[in-house]
Amino acid sequence: MRIKRVAAIAAVGALSFAMTACGSDETGSGGSGATGIVGKAESQKKLVVGVKADQPGLGLQTGSQYEGFDIEIAKIIAKGLGVEESGIEWKTTTTPNREPFIQQGTVDLVVATYTINDERKQKINFAGPYFIAGQDLLVKADSTIAGPEQLDGKTVCSVSASTPAKRIQSDYPKAKLQQFDSYSKCLPLLANGQVDAVTTDDIILAGYAAQSQYAGKFKVVGKTFSEEPYGIGLKKDDKAGCEKVNEILKAAASDGTYKAAWDKTLGSSGKAAPELDTTKLTNCGSV
Amino acid sequence: MDVFTDPTNIDAYVSGFLWILKLTGASAVCALLLGVLLAAMRVSPVPVLRGFGTAWVNIFRNTPLTLVIFFCYFGLYSTLGLSLADDLNLNNFWLGVVGLSVYTAAFVCEAIRSGINTVPTGQAEAARAIGLSFAQTLRIVVLPQATRAVVAPFGSILIALCKNATIVGTIGLIEASTVMKDLINSYGNAVIPIFLVFAGTFAAFLIPTGYFFGWLANRLAVKR
Repeated sequence: MRIKRVAAIAAVGALSFAMTACGSDETGSGGSGATGIVGKAESQKKLVVGVKADQPGLGLQTGSQYEGFDIEIAKIIAKGLGVEESGIEWKTTTTPNREPFIQQGTVDLVVATYTINDERKQKINFAGPYFIAGQDLLVKADSTIAGPEQLDGKTVCSVSASTPAKRIQSDYPKAKLQQFDSYSKCLPLLANGQVDAVTTDDIILAGYAAQSQYAGKFKVVGKTFSEEPYGIGLKKDDKAGCEKVNEILKAAASDGTYKAAWDKTLGSSGKAAPELDTTKLTNCGSV
Repeated sequence: MDVFTDPTNIDAYVSGFLWILKLTGASAVCALLLGVLLAAMRVSPVPVLRGFGTAWVNIFRNTPLTLVIFFCYFGLYSTLGLSLADDLNLNNFWLGVVGLSVYTAAFVCEAIRSGINTVPTGQAEAARAIGLSFAQTLRIVVLPQATRAVVAPFGSILIALCKNATIVGTIGLIEASTVMKDLINSYGNAVIPIFLVFAGTFAAFLIPTGYFFGWLANRLAVKR
């Protein structure tokens, strides 16, 4: 009896130890500390970059490879900081965990369709914007929908509680809103005709429209009804790093690497490379 | 802590759990009816019915519920065009009920079958001896005793069903777990409190349910 009880306690102890062990291998990478990304890039020649893994054309993971416009932008920045491509460690981030990842030092910077807004600015610092997106509609190639005001009684698909979904609810309440946890679920429905439109930022929609299995089936309406400046997220106190990233972006705009990055990734969507407006770059938190 | 005082959040919270309750209620009724039918098939003397019941149980009991629900939406609705309601949310709801019911019915069926094993063979033999048909034997003699033996497992199945109902969120019904995820998205500073409130609400529903079924099982048990 006594032995049994000891054995049971040992078993419970081993189990809980095993569980804590599972949870604790989160540490390790990142955490460069007060020197910021410039210092880390110089001393370690390494950077951890948070990117999206599920957005074709922007940040898409296939196997262990990441590819897309965000990825190219991140490579340009890494190069500007003196880090080789092999020194970049990609880390998948999702919309809700981007701020915590930056704050905890899990990643050094985030290039992940990251809209600059005041709420986020309170927690982190933004460099950029490197692209100005806008909310738009993706419809079937033969659809007659030409703008959000024609959505009355139509079914629109988006991600639940995302900014685009909230805007549809508040500004176009007559549209029926089908909400999922990811945009990729909306596309088969659009192809089969259960939803009339998919809505989010135009650049993301362009990425989906450019996917080979949907080529020629969908079109982006091209009438944006919001402005979403995409920035590069850094630690709140890393003002030097932010300014350095802005300098790199400025250089990339003038020497053509920015356009090359676009043509390589989102160019196949049929959209011409945008101009990077260097006058709009953030002031990196200085008042 | 403005997360819990904002009226739109409270509305979302209430409607989220109302969907869970509706899903649980509708699916429980369908799954019970379907499960009894399947159990009858599995003990019937007709080989085809037995095979059908066995196949159903093995297929749905061993398929992840997420896949079953996904198939209901993307297979039945999106590809095959089976629409169960005109309203967007109601359609998602009924597709979810279909998925939950066919899945849970497999477990109900197995619970009842194990209940049938608790009924002494003499009972069925005696019923047959006085000239009752298979259906009559099952309906009048075996099932009433069998179901009373498996009230407690039914409670477990119901509790599991209630928690499984959150999976319907993946096909676009804004139920409790989706609401929780959305709130965590917009209130990143209050992740733990939000989580505790939602987990606590489930526990507040389900712990009494468990005790209720325990009590019921005692009351209804066949004294032999």
